[in-house]
Amino acid sequence: MRLVTAVVKPFKLDEVRAALEAFGVHGMTVTEAQGYGRQKGHTEVYRGAEYTVDLVPKIRLEVLVDDADAADVIDVVVKSAQTGRVGDGKVWSVPVDDVVRVRTGERGPDAL
Amino acid sequence: MTSHISSGDTAWMLASSALVLLMTPGLAFFYGGMVRARSVLNMMMMSFACIGVVSILWVLYGYSLAFDTDLGHGLLGGFGELGMTDAVNQVTGTVPVPVFAAFQLMFAIITPALISGAIADRAKFGAWIVFAVLWTTIVYLPVAHWVFMFDDGNGGWLGDRLGVLDFAGGTAVHVNAGAAALALTFVLGRRTGWPREHTRPHNLPLVLLGAGLLWFGWFGFNAGSAVAANGTAAIAFLNTQVATAAGLCAWILVERIRDGRPTTLGAASGAVAGLVAITPACAAVSPLGAVAVGLLAGALCAVAVGLKYRLGFDDSLDVVGVHLVGGALGSVLIGFFATATVTGGPSGLFYGGGFAQLGKQALAVVVVGSYSFVGAFLLGKLVDRTIGFRVSVEDEVTGIDQVEHAETAYDFQSLGAGHRPPLGGAGAPVPAGAGAHSVTQGDGDGPTGEGTSDSTRSVNA
Repeated sequence: MRLVTAVVKPFKLDEVRAALEAFGVHGMTVTEAQGYGRQKGHTEVYRGAEYTVDLVPKIRLEVLVDDADAADVIDVVVKSAQTGRVGDGKVWSVPVDDVVRVRTGERGPDAL
Repeated sequence: MTSHISSGDTAWMLASSALVLLMTPGLAFFYGGMVRARSVLNMMMMSFACIGVVSILWVLYGYSLAFDTDLGHGLLGGFGELGMTDAVNQVTGTVPVPVFAAFQLMFAIITPALISGAIADRAKFGAWIVFAVLWTTIVYLPVAHWVFMFDDGNGGWLGDRLGVLDFAGGTAVHVNAGAAALALTFVLGRRTGWPREHTRPHNLPLVLLGAGLLWFGWFGFNAGSAVAANGTAAIAFLNTQVATAAGLCAWILVERIRDGRPTTLGAASGAVAGLVAITPACAAVSPLGAVAVGLLAGALCAVAVGLKYRLGFDDSLDVVGVHLVGGALGSVLIGFFATATVTGGPSGLFYGGGFAQLGKQALAVVVVGSYSFVGAFLLGKLVDRTIGFRVSVEDEVTGIDQVEHAETAYDFQSLGAGHRPPLGGAGAPVPAGAGAHSVTQGDGDGPTGEGTSDSTRSVNA
């Protein structure tokens, strides 16, 4: 099993979610996050004084998937989140040792 | 002396007094929106509490020292109205003394409140109250007497005797508060991290709400200063409107040219700059003159607020750049734009009046500014040396709302805060002080601080 984590532009959340649903992913966890990459932040001006906003609002989206699906899920996210401009975000996956469904106690792939 | 009460004048002065009172809560919003989320309550309380303490001192001795029969040379009112017992049934002009006293009280409230914007985020609340009482007593009351007390040539030395034109307080209120604000920035010093770290306004809609309330209340401030419902009040009212509008336009125009974009904060600030500058001049200039005053004020103040970075004083919310600069500008511009058709007497340089009025206006600005600066500096030092004026760095970073008032302005309900059952049993009320901090606020500053939002929502999990 793998944990796929995506950091994307907030306005892309609905598209990414719809694409994942269509692919067959039935659960995810979404977090409002802040950060920056090559996009850097932006500058605001208050009474002539510049205020630098280093951290840009982002959405962090996490999905647990079977090993076999991981690459495809990443592709789905990349396709649906892409605008081609800086700040589109990143997607990565890491191996997961164990997963338990709290309600039933099922373990491993059955719990996905 | 046969004086009779005019019901029309009295009605307008009662309404004006209430309008001017509303300016102080308006100021609290204006200032409150500009500070960090963790200081907003303290910022608003510094204004709001002035309504409390100044009202009391006004009845005890304030009205007397400002408006009782002059003690000599136009420097201070007498002690005949302590407690205001005799004032109850008296008449001044065409209105009862109690309504005139109430109207002037509202000025005495907002003037110290204006100062507080210079020392955002770092003043002990108790020390601020002590300072506000001392400064109002030793600086505001005499200056109000100098400028606002008219007694057929036996009143205050600047207004009644010398003939300085300050209709509603360009010197007595705005230069006065602005100079005191400058002095306090030296007494308290800079905020921790300033100017390396800039703070940004945590709530601009609040700032705009405050500016709107100030604008609304200012009609009472300026037009009410006619102490009658007459033609003078009418021209003051119209001038107040157009100068404020011009100030708004000028400030955002400067921003558009200099910074690239017109801002909400700039529009609010420009309106206030226009209001400040027209305050002394509203019954001295024509409507066209008021447009000029407003444009100059908006543009000059938009530039003046940058001075603090050059000169290194942390005037947090630009009380100096807006009130000292705007008040001085409006007072001096009377020397240029005053017209006999409005004043009924003296004219300024542009209307054939020569330099006479200009000299008087400049003198009043220098005298009031110097007296207030020195007075505020000495009183501020006195407070600092005795009870301490400034909170510790740790408290400043933690947030002055929590430290000084044990409150938090906003409960964002994030990460389950507010849903957690009270410690020690569901539904059990928790006594104040018994771990009350942790009950509904989580770790207190976390989600309420800037830029650390981390709320999680689960989608179809």
